[in-house]
Amino acid sequence: MKKDILGRKGRIAGILLLLFLFFLPFIAPRFYVYMASIILLTGLLATSLNFVLGYGGVFQFHHCVFYGAGAYGTALMITKGGVPLWISFIAGPVVAALLGLVMGIICVRLSKLYFGMLQISLGSLVWVIIYRWYSFTGGDDGIHGITMPDIISSYNNAYYFTLFVSLICLFIMYRMIKSPFGSALQGIRDNPIRSEMIGINVRRHQVMALTIAGFFAGVAGALFVVVDNTVFPDMLFWTLSLETVIMCLVGGWFTFLGPMLGTAIIIALRTFVSTYTVYWALVLGIIMVLVIFFLPTGVLGFIEEKLNKKMIEPVIEE
Amino acid sequence: MDFIYAVIPPQVLNQIFVGLSRTTILFIVSSGMSLILGVLRIPNVAHGSLYMIGAFMAFTVSKAFGGGTTGFWMALVLVPVAVAILSLIVERGLFQFLYEREHLMLLLLTFACSLVLGDLVKLIWGAEYKSVPVPHMFQGFVPLFGGIPFPLYNMFLLIVGPVVAIVLWLIVNKTKIGKIARAAAVDREMVGAVGINVSWVFAFVFVIGCLLAGLGGALVAPTVSVTLGMDHTLIMEAFLIVIIGGLGNIWGALLGALIFGLSQSLGILIWSQFGIVFPYLAVIIVLLFRPTGLLKSTW
Repeated sequence: MKKDILGRKGRIAGILLLLFLFFLPFIAPRFYVYMASIILLTGLLATSLNFVLGYGGVFQFHHCVFYGAGAYGTALMITKGGVPLWISFIAGPVVAALLGLVMGIICVRLSKLYFGMLQISLGSLVWVIIYRWYSFTGGDDGIHGITMPDIISSYNNAYYFTLFVSLICLFIMYRMIKSPFGSALQGIRDNPIRSEMIGINVRRHQVMALTIAGFFAGVAGALFVVVDNTVFPDMLFWTLSLETVIMCLVGGWFTFLGPMLGTAIIIALRTFVSTYTVYWALVLGIIMVLVIFFLPTGVLGFIEEKLNKKMIEPVIEE
Repeated sequence: MDFIYAVIPPQVLNQIFVGLSRTTILFIVSSGMSLILGVLRIPNVAHGSLYMIGAFMAFTVSKAFGGGTTGFWMALVLVPVAVAILSLIVERGLFQFLYEREHLMLLLLTFACSLVLGDLVKLIWGAEYKSVPVPHMFQGFVPLFGGIPFPLYNMFLLIVGPVVAIVLWLIVNKTKIGKIARAAAVDREMVGAVGINVSWVFAFVFVIGCLLAGLGGALVAPTVSVTLGMDHTLIMEAFLIVIIGGLGNIWGALLGALIFGLSQSLGILIWSQFGIVFPYLAVIIVLLFRPTGLLKSTW
């Protein structure tokens, strides 16, 4: 969407950004390559959340459940499954998508805030089970030192794998949003009753969107296993979910690349601030308050508003 | 008594009492949350942080008064007031400007507050565990069912719970401001139209709710180790209780807290490793059959 609005300049900027990302391992030290991988996969997570939250208008507060499910699914398949390694990478996202389907079917009967709170409670159940099931999931220690296929075991190759997979996933999600399905989803967000009237099956569309978002969050989780070789129960804790919502907000929902930008801002800032002080949460909280008060459409939303004043603002309201 | 023991073993009865004293804490915190959610429509994530601050303040106050019985009573009086003042500052400084915005923004704002408050606690009290002594008059155990010792302090909690419930019921149903608050929960514009300053009614409700969080923190402090992160688990439990009870319904919060506390304490008897899973299962079962909570919500 950024490219549509910025036109030729935007396209050049996009190509330059891709070239930069491609050559990053040659010019940057290992730490920054690792950080870029984390930004990419967390950005994928935030984009998948935005898929249901910004475009679908569904209050999916506890999205990291699917991130964690994807990561744990992959990790457990590798360590205990005994199947070919590459199948494990498919298995994680599929587990997450199934979880998304089940939770979607349960939650979609409710609307807005009730949906969000029921979703948080179901997600917490999943968290508690993983947190307590020492014999299977390793409990609060998580699983460490997961062996990767040789081809993606080095830092740079893991980075390229992450870059490649997340770009493909972003592209697929972008096409989905531009497809009739995506339009129907946005229609439901803006006016569910009218959408129902013109023959859109609201709940089925929402459940499908939740399943798709769960799948891509699961992909992000599997990528985390590739980059970090660990999983731990905090990946499913609700604070991380709300941090992901913050990333969407900072970058700007209703824009496709906003969550990615927001993730980059938050993670780069966290890395920067953490070298000076341990009180990162304090800084993040203050940034949050400022963004909510002065920049409610996020950075990219703000830029788009400046560039294109005619744009009609979508509303999420009860 | 032998007849009762034949039907319900003494261990189970004992666990029920343990669960009931946990219920007291859960009820006090979640009723405050439910009040705020029902009237102001804010899903207050910072509620848990205020509970944690209450517990840390109880540590400081009780230490300042020598850690004895006086310190405990002073903490019980001073801490909720201090938390209420803090919440009033937050409400007047931040929340009152955002009542017209979407719930999502309010939720995120409260989350931002909880991040800031959490780090302030780390800044002021440090990251170590703190322990608050049980006051002298509540030390020791009473032999309850079948001679199983039951902490005296938990007996005290069992008395506090109903008292708080009755006081809260009186405030909401019998005082003028309580009636205005209930009216504002249904239709805030109409209440404003008859000449009532809704903004201050909201502030009042917010402060009462947060006062309950502080009280819960002060009450729980002697029974647990006061530590950072105690807000994160509690807030989730309070959220669940409010949902299964019905948003904004104080009796629903009581019912939810009972379900939560009892299923947890009895679940430990059944399967000790997964005792913590049972309340969540109870929540799911309730929500599958009554997705909007057991009692009528104010929404």
